[in-house]
Amino acid sequence: MSATAPSRLETVLERYEPVIGIEVHCQLRTVSKMFCGCSTAYDGAAPNTHCCPVCLGLPGALPTINRRAVELVLRAGAAIEGTTPPVTRWDRKNYFYPDLPKGYQISQFDLPLAADGRLTFDTSLGPVTIGIRRAHLEEDTAKLIHAEGTDGGRVSLVDFNRSGAPLMEIVTEPDVRSAEQARRYAEELQLLLRSIGVSDADMERGQMRVEANVSLRPVGTEPFGTRVEVKNMNSFRSVERAIEFEIVRQGAALDAGERLTQDTRGWSDDRGETYVMRSKEDSHDYRYFPEPDLPPLRVDPAWLAEIRAGLPELPAARRVRYQAELGLSAYDAGVVAGDAGATALFEATMDAGRSLDSVRPLDAVRPLDAVRPLDAKQVANWVTVDYLGLRNAGATGSAITVDPAQLAAIVRAVGEGAVTRAQGRQVLAEHAETGASAAAIVDARGFRQISDAGAIGAAVDAVIAANPAAVADYRAGKAQAVGFLVGQVMKSTKGQANAAAAGAAIRERLDGAPEAATPGDGAPSGGAVEG
Amino acid sequence: MTDLTRLTALQQAGLLRSGEVSSRELAATHLDAAQRQNHALNAWLVIDRRGALEQADAADARIAAARAEGPAALDALHPLAGVPIALKDLVSVRGGQATAGSKILEGYRAPYDAHITGRLKDAGAVILGKTNMDEFAMGSSTEHSAYGPTANPWALDRVPGGSSGGSAASVAAYHVPVSIGTDTGGSIRQPAALCGIVGLKPTYGRVSRYGIIAFASSLDQVGPFARDTRDAAALLHAVAGRDERDSTSAPIPVPDAWRALPAPDQAAASLKGRRLGLPREYFLDGMEPGVEARVREAVRALEDAGAIVEEVSLPHTEYGLATYYIVAPAEASANLARYDGVRFGPRLGDGDVLANYLATRGQGFGPEVKRRIMLGTYALSAGYYDAFYLKAQKVRTLIKADFDALWAQGFDALVAPTTSGVAFRFGEKMADPVAMYLSDACTLPVNMAGLPGMSIPCGLSDGLPVGLQLIGAPWAETGLFELACGYEAITADAPWRAIEPTALAQADDPAMPTPRQRAAALAAGLVG
Ligand SMILES: [Zn+2]
Repeated sequence: MSATAPSRLETVLERYEPVIGIEVHCQLRTVSKMFCGCSTAYDGAAPNTHCCPVCLGLPGALPTINRRAVELVLRAGAAIEGTTPPVTRWDRKNYFYPDLPKGYQISQFDLPLAADGRLTFDTSLGPVTIGIRRAHLEEDTAKLIHAEGTDGGRVSLVDFNRSGAPLMEIVTEPDVRSAEQARRYAEELQLLLRSIGVSDADMERGQMRVEANVSLRPVGTEPFGTRVEVKNMNSFRSVERAIEFEIVRQGAALDAGERLTQDTRGWSDDRGETYVMRSKEDSHDYRYFPEPDLPPLRVDPAWLAEIRAGLPELPAARRVRYQAELGLSAYDAGVVAGDAGATALFEATMDAGRSLDSVRPLDAVRPLDAVRPLDAKQVANWVTVDYLGLRNAGATGSAITVDPAQLAAIVRAVGEGAVTRAQGRQVLAEHAETGASAAAIVDARGFRQISDAGAIGAAVDAVIAANPAAVADYRAGKAQAVGFLVGQVMKSTKGQANAAAAGAAIRERLDGAPEAATPGDGAPSGGAVEG
Repeated sequence: MTDLTRLTALQQAGLLRSGEVSSRELAATHLDAAQRQNHALNAWLVIDRRGALEQADAADARIAAARAEGPAALDALHPLAGVPIALKDLVSVRGGQATAGSKILEGYRAPYDAHITGRLKDAGAVILGKTNMDEFAMGSSTEHSAYGPTANPWALDRVPGGSSGGSAASVAAYHVPVSIGTDTGGSIRQPAALCGIVGLKPTYGRVSRYGIIAFASSLDQVGPFARDTRDAAALLHAVAGRDERDSTSAPIPVPDAWRALPAPDQAAASLKGRRLGLPREYFLDGMEPGVEARVREAVRALEDAGAIVEEVSLPHTEYGLATYYIVAPAEASANLARYDGVRFGPRLGDGDVLANYLATRGQGFGPEVKRRIMLGTYALSAGYYDAFYLKAQKVRTLIKADFDALWAQGFDALVAPTTSGVAFRFGEKMADPVAMYLSDACTLPVNMAGLPGMSIPCGLSDGLPVGLQLIGAPWAETGLFELACGYEAITADAPWRAIEPTALAQADDPAMPTPRQRAAALAAGLVG
């Protein structure tokens, strides 16, 4: 962000209120395309290898509805608390372009699959709820590639692999009032769609495309100003930057007495500015009319109820529960609930922690009644710091796999002092890399922290016998001599002894306390002995 | 030896089963006739002799194998196995042309089979080629074909009707016993009437439209042409039924009765007590007296055979034409947007995208297609949608309600004229689109209501065929077939039935002018 922008933005915001509506197009997670059987797994495929008469718009081809795509939009509609009409239908949106093979796009005009929803999310100024006007289903266009022809001239090539892929369009009410809200809305929507399995919604890969309608009105007034549509924002950051730019640009224009035009503008990330793509004179009359090749779609209320009932816990509810029931901080709750991988690992690790299996890898003799649930805050810490750290350090897009049962075992082992925190971190890293079990790694690395009373006792006895001078110092009242002796125990056990347990054992022996004391099974060990 | 081309499809099937004739012989004989007369008739856009003979050989092998297996296997063969057939040139056949009568599809080869093509191949029918038609099925005379008009086998200076004029003429001229057409506003029934043969537009949803080049999606239906009802029923049986790839095709069972309709005496007897409505609105002002006379005679014959005929009213008929010419062009304006030169067909212009569109579509489409695209685009435009398209859909509902009221009163079928005149001369209606549109006034309400409609020959007026239209309730094709069979039985000995199309001998003459030359000469004469 340039040094002058914020102040200019602030001056504009003193006089004008931004009115912003967001349109998001999302590719749906279906196996096949919207109206034909072609596979949607065309990413990276050679051009025009995933098409058929239907998605090429050949003479005589007809569409058939992909039930799964309808289900996904209904699921999204349920997640935004939208309403679905008993009968909906398809409409043709007519315009000519080489990436639109039929010369019309099958879309939904006045009866979308979902309407009147909402989405709530946090911003730096507190929670915000944005109304969602509609979510509807349509088909994607082909991809145009502009290249140089064999004769050196410019040519346009069409790749129909994407043609006819299912696309959901979600349109908000003009409720958004700032660039930050716009970015946060997009982020929260992405999170929601991922968490309900509707879309991968990756902006960089074009699976989620955000457009914003931005206008300004004098503070305190009602009528909307002239609206500008901003496209080509390829990241959340560019959503925020583009809208900020547009607010400043429009404010300056209004201040200068200029009349704004209802343009479509593109965002250039490099130049940090928007530019005119199309002016209003080019605006289309899409001549929508009901698609005669597809009968109206009756949504069975039982099916809709089933979809609603099948919704997983949504991110917003999850954040509330993590704080209220599990005691996570707002920050940790946000981070864990804000990432599908983190959420899944956190939940599964907590689950695994409730079973004996989480104990067995590192402690085969623990009785079942000794298994207590893992500390959620600890698990959240491992997930947000270590798991996300490992994942973000890896190559972009590379998935790392952490077995929740193994993470549960590591969290418990560290929590109970069986291994140190630093060792646990190494075990997790190695597990994520190789898939080996925590127990195997601990064994191979010799990471076992010795808390066992017998083993520690033997080492302590040997150290006491070998260091009479230090023992005499202690008995003479030099309490710090214990530190020396503990150090010797650590040395003789190659650092694997539980230091707290060793100290306690030394004191017990030198103070003449009974030998039956059992160190290690709780309080003294803790996480105090960070290696 | 009988002339094989004069046999019906089912008679040919009988000879194939008994081994008296081979499919190759049938194909060759019919191909000869088609090739000999196409110069004068221009019924065919392509006659695929080699492909047809290959299919015929395959059919012969199938029939021989079935015969070796026994009577049950022979019975299991479809009646059309080994029988020659023609397809309107808007039906996709893998690897073959499908021009829809337009220059804009010149050179296009369909990479897939239409649903009905697959069904016909499964049945073992032998596809001899593709027939001429009005461009994109828009027209009532086949004069709007980019490949020249088709002549009527009854009079070479007259049109065969349209848009399926080539399919109708090929059956009337004995080039094939049966053929496939499509009917959006009358494009099967009107040419059937004008060529003196049987044509059926099934209930909307009865036959899959997958692979059929669309004109108006909510009105288009595929249907059979034949020289008698039994053949028409057998062909419909082969192609009808639900297809997952056409969402508007209905999961309604296809009656096996269509493979073998009742014998003539039974059919005649079944006319007794049938309640038939005679819609007064279908007898238009300006109807040719000879046509009205033949239709009323046919109605009287049905009454004499025991049918109960009552005059009825379909009060919204007068709005049918106006409504149709909003709905059909509106759908067509979108359906024809895909012809942009990007993926197939000729691409004209070497400028930017817009220049290419303008050149490709400007030169690729003929004037009638452009007229309808403009009509439809206008009707759908912002500010006009409610007044035109939406209003038309409401009127369409009223037209359908007119029919529904009659079915509710217990009528078995309606009988009416198919057209108000006989085949007209080339050029007669080309200068006046509305006069041409009026050719379909009696047929298009049936499309608007999605009903089955049939045209059967009922005599001649001034030596030219007249059609009787039978209209049924949704899915009531069986009733129409029975009625038509009954009428055929009671008029079997009528003298007009023995009269063959009167211009066939002329059509055999290689010195005859082509229909295009004839039309040009007539136009010059009209101008002069
Ligand atoms: Zn496809």
